[in-house]
Amino acid sequence: MVPLHWYLWLGSLVFCIGMFGFLTRRNVIIMFLSIELMLNGVNISLVALSHYMQDLRGQVLTLFVIAVAAAEAAIGLAIVIALFRNKPTTHLDEIKEMKG
Amino acid sequence: MDITIIKPILPEIVMAALACVVLILELFIHKKETIGVFAILAVAAVSYVIPQSFGSAFNGMFISDGYSVFFKFIFFINLILAVLISIRYLKIERSEFGEYYSLMMFATLGMMIMASATDLIVLYLGLELMALSTYILAGFIRHDRRSNEAALKYFFLGAFSSAILLYGITMIYALTGTTNILAIASQLQGKMTTQLILAIVFLVVAFGFKIALAPFHMWTPDVYEGAPTSITAFMSVGPKAAAFAALGRVFTTGLIDFAPDWRGILIALSILTMAVGNILAIQQSNIKRMLAYSSIAHAGYAVIGVIAGGAEGLSAMMNYLFIYAFMNIGAFAVVIMLRVEGVKGEELEHYRGLAKTHPLAAVLMLIFMFSLTGIPPTGGFIGKFYLFKAAVGAGYAWLAVVAVVFSVISAYFYLRVVMYMYMHEPEGEPAALATSTPLGLALLITTIMVIVLGVYPSPFLAFARLAIG
Amino acid sequence: MQYYLLIPFLPLAAFVINITLGKKIIRKQAHWPSTLAVLGSLVVAVMVLMDVLAGKTLNEDLYTWIISDKFQVSVGFLLDQLTAVMLIVVTSVSFLVHVYSIGYMHDDPGYYRFYAYLSLFTFSMLMLVMANNFLQLYFGWEAVGLCSYLLIGFWYEKKSASDAGKKAFIVNRFGDFGFGLGVIMIFLTFGTLHYIPVFGDAGKFLNESVNILGLEVNLITLIALLLFCGAVGKSAQIPLHVWLPDAMEGPTPVSALIHAATMVTAGVFMVARCNPIFSLSPTAMGVVAVVGGVTALFAATIALVQNDIKRVVAYSTISQLGYMFLACGVGAYAAGIFHLYTHAYFKALLFLCAGSVMHAMGGELDMQKMGGLKKYMPVTYWTMLIASLSISGIPGLAGFFSKDEILFRAYAAGGVGKFAWLLGTVAALLTAFYSFRLIFLTFHGEFRGTEEQRHHLHESPKVMTIPLLILCVGAIASGWVGIPPLLGGGEHFSEFLAPVVGHPHGEATHAEEWMTMGISVAVALAGIIVAVVFYLKNPSIPVNLAKRFQFAYRVLWNKYYVDELYDLIIVRPTLFVAKNIIVGFTDGAIIEGIVNGLPRMVNRIGAQVRKVQNGLLQHYGAIMALGLFLILAILMIKYSG
Repeated sequence: MVPLHWYLWLGSLVFCIGMFGFLTRRNVIIMFLSIELMLNGVNISLVALSHYMQDLRGQVLTLFVIAVAAAEAAIGLAIVIALFRNKPTTHLDEIKEMKG
Repeated sequence: MDITIIKPILPEIVMAALACVVLILELFIHKKETIGVFAILAVAAVSYVIPQSFGSAFNGMFISDGYSVFFKFIFFINLILAVLISIRYLKIERSEFGEYYSLMMFATLGMMIMASATDLIVLYLGLELMALSTYILAGFIRHDRRSNEAALKYFFLGAFSSAILLYGITMIYALTGTTNILAIASQLQGKMTTQLILAIVFLVVAFGFKIALAPFHMWTPDVYEGAPTSITAFMSVGPKAAAFAALGRVFTTGLIDFAPDWRGILIALSILTMAVGNILAIQQSNIKRMLAYSSIAHAGYAVIGVIAGGAEGLSAMMNYLFIYAFMNIGAFAVVIMLRVEGVKGEELEHYRGLAKTHPLAAVLMLIFMFSLTGIPPTGGFIGKFYLFKAAVGAGYAWLAVVAVVFSVISAYFYLRVVMYMYMHEPEGEPAALATSTPLGLALLITTIMVIVLGVYPSPFLAFARLAIG
Repeated sequence: MQYYLLIPFLPLAAFVINITLGKKIIRKQAHWPSTLAVLGSLVVAVMVLMDVLAGKTLNEDLYTWIISDKFQVSVGFLLDQLTAVMLIVVTSVSFLVHVYSIGYMHDDPGYYRFYAYLSLFTFSMLMLVMANNFLQLYFGWEAVGLCSYLLIGFWYEKKSASDAGKKAFIVNRFGDFGFGLGVIMIFLTFGTLHYIPVFGDAGKFLNESVNILGLEVNLITLIALLLFCGAVGKSAQIPLHVWLPDAMEGPTPVSALIHAATMVTAGVFMVARCNPIFSLSPTAMGVVAVVGGVTALFAATIALVQNDIKRVVAYSTISQLGYMFLACGVGAYAAGIFHLYTHAYFKALLFLCAGSVMHAMGGELDMQKMGGLKKYMPVTYWTMLIASLSISGIPGLAGFFSKDEILFRAYAAGGVGKFAWLLGTVAALLTAFYSFRLIFLTFHGEFRGTEEQRHHLHESPKVMTIPLLILCVGAIASGWVGIPPLLGGGEHFSEFLAPVVGHPHGEATHAEEWMTMGISVAVALAGIIVAVVFYLKNPSIPVNLAKRFQFAYRVLWNKYYVDELYDLIIVRPTLFVAKNIIVGFTDGAIIEGIVNGLPRMVNRIGAQVRKVQNGLLQHYGAIMALGLFLILAILMIKYSG
C-alpha cells in the first residue's frame, strides 16, 4: 500500500504548483486554474487523511470545498466578464487603475 | 423531531430564510428602498430569536455563546447602517438592484456562522459565504471600471487566501484527526511539530488577509477605493470583525498552548500593520483610500487585544470593534453624502471649506475624525484606552507605547481632513450634498453612539465583559 | 436629592440649544434658553440650600467614566454647606447678569454666541463647585478658564480684546501647571482623587517629606503650595495678577460674572475646600496669608490713580480677593467664604453699574471725561453709591460684616496674622478712598465729556436697572446672616460652614474686638472724607499731589511696572531665545529636524513604500507569499535550531 505521506507530499506539491502558477501567470483564466490546483492539492491530502484515519470529516470537507470552488468559479467568471465589458483584456498587467 | 437541537442555529436559519425571501421580493417590488427596509426588519426578526439561541448544536460544531452573540450584534449594526447609507447612494450610482440587499444579508449570515463556528469546516463555510457575497458586492457597480477592478482583485486574492486557509485546516486535521476547535487543544497536547508550524502560519496568513494585517493587506486600499462606498463601509467593519471573532476563537482556545509562538507573529504583524496603515494613509489624497489605510491601522490596534489575550484582552478587542463600527461607518456616511450626480466627492479637495458651506456635515466629520484619532471624549478614545490598558496589563507595555506613537502619527492625516474643512476657504462653487432621511438616520445613530460610547461607556464595557463570561 | 442634577445640566442644555440653533433659528431670542435655565438652576439651588440647612448632605458618584485599577475618572457631586453657599452665589449672580445682558448686549451681532458662552461658563463653574473629586475640580477649573478666554476675546475683531484673552490664558497656564502637579501629587500620595478619603487621610502624611533637588520638603506643604499656585493664577494674586485688569476688554456683564463674582473666587473656594490639607501646613498657611495681605494692599494702591472706570473696579477685585486669601491663611475659612459671598453681590453691582455708565457714555471708560452723571442716571448712581459704601465697610452694610470678620480673625490669630491685619487695615483705608474717588469723578461735579456724549446721556432700560436694584439689596443685606455676637448677632454664617471648614483659631478679648472694629470703621470714614476733600471740595489737591510726588504717582499709574517687568524678564528673553537660539542655532538641526524632519522622513518613507502598492495583482500575491514564507522560515529555524 502507498504510504500516507506520499499522498501528503503529492497534495502539497500540487498546492505549490498552483501557488506558483497563481503568482507567475498574468492571464486571468490560467490564474483561475491555478487556484483550482491549490484547492485540489488540499483535496488530495484531505481524502488521503480521511481514508487513513478512518474518519469521514476529511471527505466531508472535500465535498464542501468542491461545492464552494464551483460557486467561486461562477462568481469569478462573472466578475471577469463584467470587467471585460468595460475593458476588453484578460491580461492582468493592464488592470492597475488603482494603486499607491 | 426535536426542534431544540437546532435552537442555537435558529438565528442563522431565520437570516438565511429571510435573505431568500428578500431575494424573491426583488422580483415584485420596484421601489428598491422598500427592500432595504425589509432587510432591516429581517435583522429585527433575527435579533428577536437570538436570546433563545444560547447553546451548542451539531455535536459541538456550532455554538451560540456570549462571545458570538456580541459579534453578531456588531454584524447587525453593520448591516443596518450599511443599508441606511446605501439607499440614496445606489440611485446616484445607478445600480439599484434588489440583490444588493440580499447579498448583504448573505454576507452577514456568513459572518454570523463564522462567529459561532467551533469547527473548522463550519468556519470555512461561513467564511466562504461571507467572502463570495462581498466579492459580488465589491463589483456591484458593473458599469464602473474601478468597481470591476476592485472585485477582481478582491476575488483573486481572496480565493488565494482561502486556499491557504484550507491548507492550514488540512494540516491541523492531519495532526489531530479532528476539526473541532475545542478538541484540537487536547489532541495536540502542546507538542510542536513541523506540520503545526505550517498550520499556525497558514491560519495566521488566512485570517490576516481578512482583517488586513500587513503584509497581507495589499488588496485593501484598492478594493476599498474601487468598491461602492456603502460596501466599503460594510466591508471595513463586518468581515473584519468576523475574522477577528474567528481568530480569537481559534487561537485563544484551540491553539492556546502555542500562544508564545503565534503571539510573536501577531506582535510583529501588528507593528508592521500600524506602521504601514498610518504612514501610507498620510500619502493619500483620496478620502476613501485614506480611510482604507486607516482601517488597516485600526486592525493593527485591535489585534493587540488578541495578543494581550485573556478576558481583558478579548473584551477590549470586542469593544474596539464595536466602537469602530460606529465611527468608521459614520465617516463613510459623510463621504457618501458628498457623492452627488457628476461629482465623485472622494478627494480631500472636495472637503475644502466644508465648514463654511455645510457646517453640520463638517461637525459630524470632525467628530468621526476625532474619534478615529482617539481624542476624548469620543468613543475612539475609550476603545484605544482599554486596548492599551489590556496590553499593559498583559506585560506588553512597550507594544502599547508603539501603538500610542502610531496613534499620534495618525492624528496627522485625520486632522488634516478637519483642517481642510475648517481652515481652508471653499473654492469654486460650493459642494452639493446628497442627503436623505435614511442617511440622516445613520448619521444620527453613529454620532450619538460615538459620543455616548465616549462619555458613558460603562454599560457597553460591561456587556463585552459579560459576553466573555 | 436627585433633583440637584438639574443645577449644572440646565445651563448645559441651554448651551447646546444656543450653539446649535442660535445662529439660524433663535437669534435675538437667544437669552430665553440661557436665562430660563439659570433661573431653574437658581430655584433648585435654593432647594438644595434648604435641604442642607435641614442637615442633609450628599456625596455620590454619578457615574464612572474610566476605571483603571486605582485610577478612577468619575463624575460625582458633593453637596455640603460650602457647596450650597457657592451654588447660591453662582446661580444668583449669573441669573442677574443674564437678565442685565439682555439690555447690554442687545445690538451685538454675536448675541446667541454670547449667551451660549455664558451658559457654558455657568455649567463649568457649577461643575467646579459641585465636584466631589479633584479631577472634576480640575476639569471645571480648565473649563471656566476656557470660557473666560472665549468671553474676554468675545470681540475678537478688536486686537486688544483677543490679546487680553491670550494673556489671561497664558498667565493662567503658569498657575494651572502647579495645580495640575498638585493633583498628580495627591493621586500619588493618597491613591485616590476623591475629596473625602484624601481629606480623611491627610493627617497620616503629616511628617513625610519628599526630596526635590536635594531639598527636603514636607509633602503636605508641597501639595498645599502646588494647589495654591493654581489659586494664585485663577484668583489673580501676586505675582499672577496681571491678566485680570486686561480681562476688562471683555463685555462688562462678563467682567461682573466671571471676573468679579464667580470664576476668580474659585481659588478661594478651592483653598477653603482643601482646608484639611492647608491647615496641616503652617508654612503654606503663612504663604497664603502673606500673599493675600500683600495683594490686598498692593492692588489697592494701584487703584488709587487709575482713570479707567473698569480697571479701578478690577484692581479693587484683586484687592478684595486678597482679603479672602488673608482670611483663609489665618485659618478663618468661614470668614473668607463669607467675604466671597458678600463681595459677589457688591462687586457684581459695581461692575454692572460701571457697565450702565459705559452704556450711557457710548463705551467711554475714562473717568476724567465723565462727571455729573448723577442727575442723568439716578438709579445707577444710588445703587453704585450703596455698593461703594458696602465695599468701604460702612457699618450695617454687607461689606462691613465680612471685612470686619476677616480683619478681626487675622488680628486674633496673632503672628503672621497681626502683620496681615495691618496690611488689611491700610488697604481698607485705600479701598474707601478709591471707591469714592470713582463715585465723585463719575457722578459729581460738571460733565467733562463731549457735547455729543452729553446729548446721548440717559438712564439704562429697566431690564438693566432692575438687576442693579436686586443686587443692591444683596449689597446691603447679604451680610446680615453673619453678624458677630458682639453686635448681638449669632454668627450664623460661620456656624453653618463649621462642619466643612471648622472653627478659626486664636482668641481675643472683647476689647480687642471692639478695637479692630473701631479701627476699620474709622479708616473707612477717613478714606471717604479724604475723597470728599480731594474730589468735591478742593479738586486741586490731587493734581498738586501728583505733581509733588511725581515718582510715586508714575509708579502707581504704571501699576508698579509689573507688566513691563514681565515683558523684560519673561516675554522678551523667551522671544529672544525662540528667535535667535532656537531658530538660529538649531535651524535645520534639532527643532527643525524634529518638527519638520520627522514628518518629512515619514513622508519620504511613505512615498517609497507606496511604490510597492503598484496596483498589480501578482505583486500583491507575491508579497503575501513572501510574508508567509518569511514567517514560516523564522519559525522553522527557531524550532530546528
